[in-house]
Amino acid sequence: MRVMKWPSYLLWGEGRQQMNEGATKLFEITTDELSADEVVGRLADPDIGAVIAFVGVVRGSTDGREVRYLEYEAYPEMAQDVLQQIADEIRERWKTIHRVAIVHRVGRLEIGEISVVIALSAAHRREVFGAVHYAIDRLKEIAPVWKKEVWTDGAEWKSEGWQKEGGEP
Amino acid sequence: MRVKVRLFGAPREALGKREIQQDLPSGSTVQDLMDLLMEEYPALRSHSSMIRMALNRKYVLLEAQLREGDEVAFIPPVGGG
Repeated sequence: MRVMKWPSYLLWGEGRQQMNEGATKLFEITTDELSADEVVGRLADPDIGAVIAFVGVVRGSTDGREVRYLEYEAYPEMAQDVLQQIADEIRERWKTIHRVAIVHRVGRLEIGEISVVIALSAAHRREVFGAVHYAIDRLKEIAPVWKKEVWTDGAEWKSEGWQKEGGEP
Repeated sequence: MRVKVRLFGAPREALGKREIQQDLPSGSTVQDLMDLLMEEYPALRSHSSMIRMALNRKYVLLEAQLREGDEVAFIPPVGGG
């Protein structure tokens, strides 16, 4: 059996911990409909001056093929931990990022529905753009979430595959 | 000892199972568990080259030692977002 060697960047890093605090869940896998406003609201804090949100939406076609709907699946307990790890990595790299919330929906999603919302807050706007880009790339790279595209004539689990072995991205 | 194995995505569909309770000799590693399951479930073999493993919700190397009650997961290539 061929076994892939484990790239160092997929191992758990040290970082400042930002836990799911009290009633406000910052990292969540849910079957509920998502709202960008609601997730942004989880970051409410008088110290912040900028919030950026990335909203992933189900697209109606890939490579010219018509998509009927998407079926998302997650390993929810681990995914929530991995989302928190991504937030810790962000706050380690971008010291000015105040808080991070990442919510991913699973189950059957129709075209146009929101699959993921990533929201980051900071005192000022600088750096939030790079940080949110990093967050979505990293989520696609390591979060245990899977997506099945269902077409009129078939279905396929979609992935860009595990990234090649290498140093820090 | 007994461990819980969780399956997701394509390998879950291939086996028609979300979970397997697997007995194996104490001192076994994640690799030993994979080898055992490949024997028992040939449908897993075509996925094996791309699978990464998680132990108690953390990605691990195949040399990782298993203990009674551990939760092991087969993680096929991810595709969230």
